[in-house]
Amino acid sequence: MSQPNRLARGGRLDRSRELSFTFNGQSYRGYPGDTLASALLANGVDIVNRSFKYSRPRGIVAAGAEEPNAVVQLGSTEAAQVPNVRATQQALFEGLEARSTNGWPNVQRDLMGVIGKLGGQFMPPGFYYKTFMAPASMWMTYEKYIRKSAGLGRSPMEKDPDSYDHVNRHCDVLVIGAGPAGLSAALAAGRSGALVILADEQEEMGGSLLDSRELLDERPAEQWAAAALEELAGLDNVLLLPRTTANGYHDHNFVTLHERRTEHLGETAPQAGGRRQVRSRLHRVRAGRVVLATGAHERPLVYGNNDVPGNLQAGAVSSYIRRYGVVPGNKLVLSTSNDHAYRAALDWAESGREVVAIADARPEPAGELVEQARAKGIRIIPGAAVLEARGQNRVTGARVARVDLEGFRVAGEAESLECDTIASSGGYSPVIHLASHTGARPTWRDDILGFVPNLVEGVLAAGGAQGVYATSDVLADGWSSGARAAGETGFDALEAQLPHVEARHESGSVALYQVPHEKPTLRGPKQFVDLQNDVTAAAIEVATREGFESIEHVKRYTAMGFGTDQGKLGNINGMAIAARCLGRSIPEVGTTVFRPNYTPVTFGAVVGRHCRELFDPERYTAMHQWHVEHGAEFEDVGQWKRPWYFPRRVEGRMESMHEAVARECRAVREKVGILDASTLGKIDIQGPDAREFLGRVYTNKWAKLAPGRVRYGLMCKDDGMVMDDGTTSCLGENHFLMTTSTGGAATVLEWLEVWHQTEWPELEVYFNSVTDHWATMTVTGPEARKLLAEITDIDLDREAFKFMDWREGMVADVPARVFRISFTGELAYEINVQANYALHVWETLFAHGEKYDLTPYGTETMHVLRAEKGFIIAGQDTDGSVTPEDLGMYWAIGYDKPFSWIGKRALTRPDTARTDRKQLVGLKPRNPEVVLEEGAQIVFDPDHAIPMPMKGHVTSSYYSPTLDSGFALAVVKGGQQRMGETVYLPMADGQVHEAEIVSPIFVDPKGERQNV
Amino acid sequence: MFYIYCPYCGEHREEEEFHPKGEAHIVRPEDPETCSDEEWGDYLFFRNNPRGIHHEMWVHAVGCRKFFNITRNTATYAILETYRMGEAPSITAESRDDRASLDAPAETETAENQEGVRA
Amino acid sequence: MSNTVDDKIKTFDTRTTSRVPVESPLTYSYRRSGAPAPGKGSGAVLRERPFLGHLVLRGGAIVLDEALRAVLDISLPGEPQALVVDASGERSVQWISPDEWLLIVPGGEEFELENRLRGALGDAHFAITNVGGGQTVIDLEGDAASELLMKSVVYDVHPHHFPVGKGVTTVFAKTSVILRRPTETRWELVVRRSFADYIYRWLLDAGEEYAIGVER
Repeated sequence: MSQPNRLARGGRLDRSRELSFTFNGQSYRGYPGDTLASALLANGVDIVNRSFKYSRPRGIVAAGAEEPNAVVQLGSTEAAQVPNVRATQQALFEGLEARSTNGWPNVQRDLMGVIGKLGGQFMPPGFYYKTFMAPASMWMTYEKYIRKSAGLGRSPMEKDPDSYDHVNRHCDVLVIGAGPAGLSAALAAGRSGALVILADEQEEMGGSLLDSRELLDERPAEQWAAAALEELAGLDNVLLLPRTTANGYHDHNFVTLHERRTEHLGETAPQAGGRRQVRSRLHRVRAGRVVLATGAHERPLVYGNNDVPGNLQAGAVSSYIRRYGVVPGNKLVLSTSNDHAYRAALDWAESGREVVAIADARPEPAGELVEQARAKGIRIIPGAAVLEARGQNRVTGARVARVDLEGFRVAGEAESLECDTIASSGGYSPVIHLASHTGARPTWRDDILGFVPNLVEGVLAAGGAQGVYATSDVLADGWSSGARAAGETGFDALEAQLPHVEARHESGSVALYQVPHEKPTLRGPKQFVDLQNDVTAAAIEVATREGFESIEHVKRYTAMGFGTDQGKLGNINGMAIAARCLGRSIPEVGTTVFRPNYTPVTFGAVVGRHCRELFDPERYTAMHQWHVEHGAEFEDVGQWKRPWYFPRRVEGRMESMHEAVARECRAVREKVGILDASTLGKIDIQGPDAREFLGRVYTNKWAKLAPGRVRYGLMCKDDGMVMDDGTTSCLGENHFLMTTSTGGAATVLEWLEVWHQTEWPELEVYFNSVTDHWATMTVTGPEARKLLAEITDIDLDREAFKFMDWREGMVADVPARVFRISFTGELAYEINVQANYALHVWETLFAHGEKYDLTPYGTETMHVLRAEKGFIIAGQDTDGSVTPEDLGMYWAIGYDKPFSWIGKRALTRPDTARTDRKQLVGLKPRNPEVVLEEGAQIVFDPDHAIPMPMKGHVTSSYYSPTLDSGFALAVVKGGQQRMGETVYLPMADGQVHEAEIVSPIFVDPKGERQNV
Repeated sequence: MFYIYCPYCGEHREEEEFHPKGEAHIVRPEDPETCSDEEWGDYLFFRNNPRGIHHEMWVHAVGCRKFFNITRNTATYAILETYRMGEAPSITAESRDDRASLDAPAETETAENQEGVRA
Repeated sequence: MSNTVDDKIKTFDTRTTSRVPVESPLTYSYRRSGAPAPGKGSGAVLRERPFLGHLVLRGGAIVLDEALRAVLDISLPGEPQALVVDASGERSVQWISPDEWLLIVPGGEEFELENRLRGALGDAHFAITNVGGGQTVIDLEGDAASELLMKSVVYDVHPHHFPVGKGVTTVFAKTSVILRRPTETRWELVVRRSFADYIYRWLLDAGEEYAIGVER
């Protein structure tokens, strides 16, 4: 297929080979060096999308990141789908498949368009808020409809075959943008020896130099750019990142750069050297200084039907012609307020096509470019502007008239000109998005008719981003910014070396945003301000009439600058219109700020390598391999993978969880079981004040715990609420080993440190984590002593090694510390060995354990067994609102300790001392087959009208094979005084369970079994 | 993403290595038992939440594990100083007020400008 | 085996002289994820140095320095982030915090060393904790090693900022490591046992583009 708009030569293309691609199912051809947008224009594709709200046909407007319309969906397969890609930023590659994101059933013949034309009136500004306010229950329905018709692309439904990653970088100077300012800044900083990163979002670095008409040192600008890049590439201290967008500026000069490494090569990353390539990469850059050389976006003018395909930015016309060898039409009308835009007319004329006229809003345009146009015989209509475009699916003409800018009115008879392209320019808006991410408001400058950034410490702006536009000034500004940035990070910049650029005589610009029309804005043809969000000048006027005076409110109300567009083309025009309607100046109206990201970033790049198997750390104990080999089902406890239960194959089928847990529970109560308890936090505490410290952080007493003994301890915050519990063993007078819950390990260590470091630095004590050093295996059950005796030299005699003692000795030929503590209520030994030996000791226990039916059990059985004994789990039976007294653990409260330990004072606060607080109790369901739901609410009167007063909730609930019944722990208001009473648990399905309040200790209340 | 100078490590480190621990200089009353309920409640629950200069305690959790203090402007997120536990801040809201005669108008304007929403 | 210096502190030799099977923190990872052999094109080579003696020293710099010189003839690095390695390259001491140092010695030396240090330190306020079972050392070498680290740790590993003789505790992916640079070409990661597999899998995945290999 031919490319009707492709020029015979010119452009930075490789014309030696053609690429084929499809758009909306239609095949086209282009060249390496094209963007998808330039290739579409070359092929004469006018309509690339349907608009968001009115479903009007839309064409390509811009050539860069500011493109509002050509937002496409990429991907030939489900897995390769990428939404929200700007066609102007997507390099063409062989086989590229793209689709419009809007338009149903297609962009050419759009059903929504019909509705849009009618429905536009029903979609006034604020239409979300007005139309869909009520009934609220219908919002989901509305939303579905809106999303279907609006559509900004969709996510892939299949697994992404590519990989992504993050790189953490640090540099002295980060230069963002590699146009004339950025290149110059990078040269200044790079030659000084500073570590420099130069990032640019385009396929090629060079920015405006790539389509400039100017000569630098007597050479075409692009040649100077090439030489500068070559020099920079040769510097070891400079990193060039092309195809890399600086998407967010975060605190303290932290900038995220999104590098698209293979997006220009294909829809999935090709292999390189037989290895997987990373498709895109997020650079997390911490820079000493940031130089924003982000340039400026040309502001289109706001006139009637300025959204019809064929309306373009003037600068984009030049880019397409000079950089891509594409002239996007045959007959051009240019509407401008300044000299710069004349380049479009000159380039157009030089490509051999007709420039119908230039409507120049200035009464007496006289700059050098103006003279060049005159010399080419191009008709210039002074003091005029395009009022309105003609055409439906493509511009067919322009109505041009003289305009009175002061009076905002049309000042003469309109003339109709036949054309297929209208280029417009209202001047430039500095790209201040990144500076705006800092939260700093930009400042309006009347002399450049734009906002310039207010810069926070460490950030500099150069060139167009600062409102400096003449090439020689831009180069000088870039150099001085780069030199200053290097200087501020400790490097001496060299003498400036800048290319010579012929100074050009310019005539001044005039302020023109919205072009007046013969009809009032509300009745005239639609004048679009924000093309992506379909916001018109009329909508802004309506918003101001409805009382929205703050620009932030106008923005919210109209949706101007929302979403992926971030107001790149429309914001300033919108503010100018609001200012006009409100009778204020633009700085009085102010501007909105922009939020990250500057352009859309794929989730792949955001997530990087933190996905799938590497989503989150999985912590394993030293026996993990054994658990895997023995079929354990695992439970996540914090980041640990703990065996949950060990299902066995019984009579040809796998046990259910219920069956496995019942079997494991019986094994512990009747014979012997073994648990991997390595995940418990372990803190080694040394120092002469260790004991004193324990007395302050635990609720109970530690003064008399002798070496060789172990004690249970309860820890509160200073508000009196339980935070963690565990056992602490006295290893020596000044030496203790504290254990914490699995999830509490890091918290408790930090807790000890904060008190030591901030309140009691005079106490001589050190805390060190030994959680990973020791592996812990709990051997528990009536046969535990017999089993352990087979492989240890420790005297296990019940008098020599009592309950709550610890001893050291050899277990399976490995030095071990053995603690006689019990979380099951049975005889139990916790064996601790250095983790590297753990698997050997574990397997030796099994070798000897066969005759005792040694049964491995997991966390679920552990939970059932401990709950039967009324042992709490901090964080399950407590939730930060439970005191030791609420738990009924008066025995663990040292009321008369000399130091006012953490949590003590709060226990006498009126609220903490209330008698109707939720207190821990046991619940026995009337129906033993019922296992209550954890979290279920408890009421006293099941016949009370809804809402029923809630009197407590279930914290732990299981089936007990020992009791052959469901049972639960719960917190109930005043529960300790309600033993024997019946409570009710109304469930969502309408059932109401009945349960009796009982003691939380269900099995062996006297603790005889663990003491044997 | 803050860049925080750890006064113990003597260099700037990435925010990921730190945890914030709330307002700094909260001292546990010397003798809790003689505190009134109100005094104890103030110590437990009441914290300042100023716009502007604020002193915060942080811990270099993935690093030296030391607690230290930061003087931070909560409006601009600028970290004005960090100092070790037991040291006093050199910059306070009061010390900044002394200078306010010079840049008060600018400060007010900045504050106003920073209200509002983002797209 | 066990030795009580006095009744105040209980020291404990966790190593056995019996020949029993012993497993390093990466043993499971090799079984699970394999260990690609290093090749000519390997830009990064990983090697575990298991079963070393790891002691955490806590206390004042001056007394610890005196004791360490007397016992091991190594001076304690007083500056933050400093790492001192002895002439053999087998023993090192690293600043972790103003009152904390990590001492790594050949496996088996740590218990005797602890006792000798305790003897030298006498009545000073200090603590020594054996953590050898809880952490392991992973060496990383190769042209792409620092690039691989940039994908993994938040700390700046550029040679300007991370010269030989430096060591830091920092964030590695979603966990932490102690990262050290004992020589021009070799990085060391001191990793916690329970996180070792995650770190290993991360390094293999992030190192794939550099054809990472594992020496065993």
